[in-house]
Amino acid sequence: MLPACAANSRRLSNPCDDMKGTYILAIESSCDETAAAVVKNGREVLSNVISSQIALHTLYGGVVPEIASRKHIEKINPVITEALAAAKMSLADMDAIAVTYGPGLVGSLLVGVAEAKAIAFAANKPLIGVHHIEGHVSANYISHPDLEPPFLCLVVSGGHTHIVMVEDYGTYRIIGRTHDDAAGEAYDKIARAIGLGYPGGPKVDALAKQGDPNAIAFPRAHIEDCPYDFSFSGLKSAVLNYLNIEKMKARDVASRGAQEASEAGEASAKPGELARHGVPTGGDAEGTEACPDTFSDGVTKADLAASFQEAVVDVLVTRTIAAAKAEGVTTVAIAGGVASNSALRNRMREVGEANGMRVVYPEPILCTDNAAMIGAAAYYEFLRGNVADLTLNAVPGLKLGER
Amino acid sequence: MKILAIDSSAQVASVALVSEGAVLAEYSVDYKKTHSQTLMPQISEILRMTETDPSEITAIAVAAGPGSFTGLRIGAATVKGLAMVWNVPIVPVSTVAALACNLAGTQDAVCPLMDARRQQVYTGCYGFDGSTIVEYMPDACAEIASVIASINALGRKVVFLGDAAELYAERLSKELTVPFSIAPIHLRKQRAASVGWLALSLYNQGKTVSAEEFVPTYLRISQAEREREARLEQ
Repeated sequence: MLPACAANSRRLSNPCDDMKGTYILAIESSCDETAAAVVKNGREVLSNVISSQIALHTLYGGVVPEIASRKHIEKINPVITEALAAAKMSLADMDAIAVTYGPGLVGSLLVGVAEAKAIAFAANKPLIGVHHIEGHVSANYISHPDLEPPFLCLVVSGGHTHIVMVEDYGTYRIIGRTHDDAAGEAYDKIARAIGLGYPGGPKVDALAKQGDPNAIAFPRAHIEDCPYDFSFSGLKSAVLNYLNIEKMKARDVASRGAQEASEAGEASAKPGELARHGVPTGGDAEGTEACPDTFSDGVTKADLAASFQEAVVDVLVTRTIAAAKAEGVTTVAIAGGVASNSALRNRMREVGEANGMRVVYPEPILCTDNAAMIGAAAYYEFLRGNVADLTLNAVPGLKLGER
Repeated sequence: MKILAIDSSAQVASVALVSEGAVLAEYSVDYKKTHSQTLMPQISEILRMTETDPSEITAIAVAAGPGSFTGLRIGAATVKGLAMVWNVPIVPVSTVAALACNLAGTQDAVCPLMDARRQQVYTGCYGFDGSTIVEYMPDACAEIASVIASINALGRKVVFLGDAAELYAERLSKELTVPFSIAPIHLRKQRAASVGWLALSLYNQGKTVSAEEFVPTYLRISQAEREREARLEQ
């Protein structure tokens, strides 16, 4: 499998080096996915193993940090072993060990960081600390092997909403950011409020496909003097207000209905009937609100999801394309968990292409938290000689571009 | 046989290299720096100072818990990584038993008290038959009041140690009906040499686990699980 000279010195002058390539074992544990991958030359994924905890956290309506950390400890060794086995390689074949050291949940990050440091030390390999968001951006290098900086990237996930100028590999300039909730966070909150549960993004996206995006005109917040910044808290409040008003209307209808029923000597309305009138009948998951399928004005839950999504996608795309024009770039990328949102992908492509821009985004499996993207980002750090020592710590609030 | 031993269950970060005949090295730091920053450099330094090649290491011992959840996990991830690469077994050691072994050989009962917050301690009670450790009370997370009651019921002279011994000194002197003392500072807190010493006999009894299997012993579920259970009981 390996060229005959694989055992030789790895000096750059060795002509076999190009053939052999640079192999990185990457580890990611910043939130609720335990992941490991083997990546060749920052672009070619030899394995990409992800152990998801979503089912566990669904019980709580969101990620519970202590539970996530405990799960990481259980899963990290099997996930690493599987990543090496799937790549048909051993630790000895690796040129470096990479790990996400921030931002994220500190307890979760620490598991990956401690494990990666121990492996790097024991196997005598260089250690590379990777910024989680730089990883998300770098997922695009895997899906689009010809992609090179400079380009503009919209980073959208449960914890981040940034417009970032990727000047060069490892060199980032933040153009815009959210002032309150991240886009993915808004999705989660709305999903909970309309009874879809966690994780909100994919569920709202799926439901929105059946709805009318123009059914309800939700607000788009503009931040004065910051044309590329975002705010989603006003939108979130508008959706919750809409639901509250509907709930009150439904209560009036239900109490009138119950009164009429008792006057007629009948049993009170069945839960199903109440639900049609918008009365909560108990959530299907803990931490999730019950929500009717149709509201008083004939607007459906799908219409509401579509209208909310429209408001989010509209501001994300409009501001990203405006920033791209201002920066004079012709390539726009999307990254992060919300980058797998179909409405966002389609709209960005439409608007971008109408403006003569190339729009790229990773395949869905590389949008979710994964270690392959960490291996991609680590490769360029490795080339620049950015190697960490044994004091590498988890930095939960690590800023983009910070080293 | 050489055992690399680690304790990161509380504020002390401690690493030791022990053989049957000696503690070859011990490096303890009781300072407000995270274990994430101290533990690996300590391990590296000990191996360097003792000119130990990893191939000489028979097993890795670790204070498996109870203790600080985060501290335990940093220790756990560290030993899981090392043991996976070096292909050696892990010897999980009770943090409480290892603390008691700071006083191995004493005639008195030894009761480690580790602060678990919320008026609780991680504790247990041990004694020694010669140099063999004997369990009087199993490891538990308990209210300090119930620990005092149990020690009184045990009815023998007792030495307390651990970071909560000082914290509850006043209550101990008021409520205990048996004679007691608190271990001096050099024996009071976690020491990896004690983890390693206890691990030598556990290893010989075959009480090891693989790098993949090892998980900490928390003795307490997460707050979210506690609250959920309480909600479900209602």
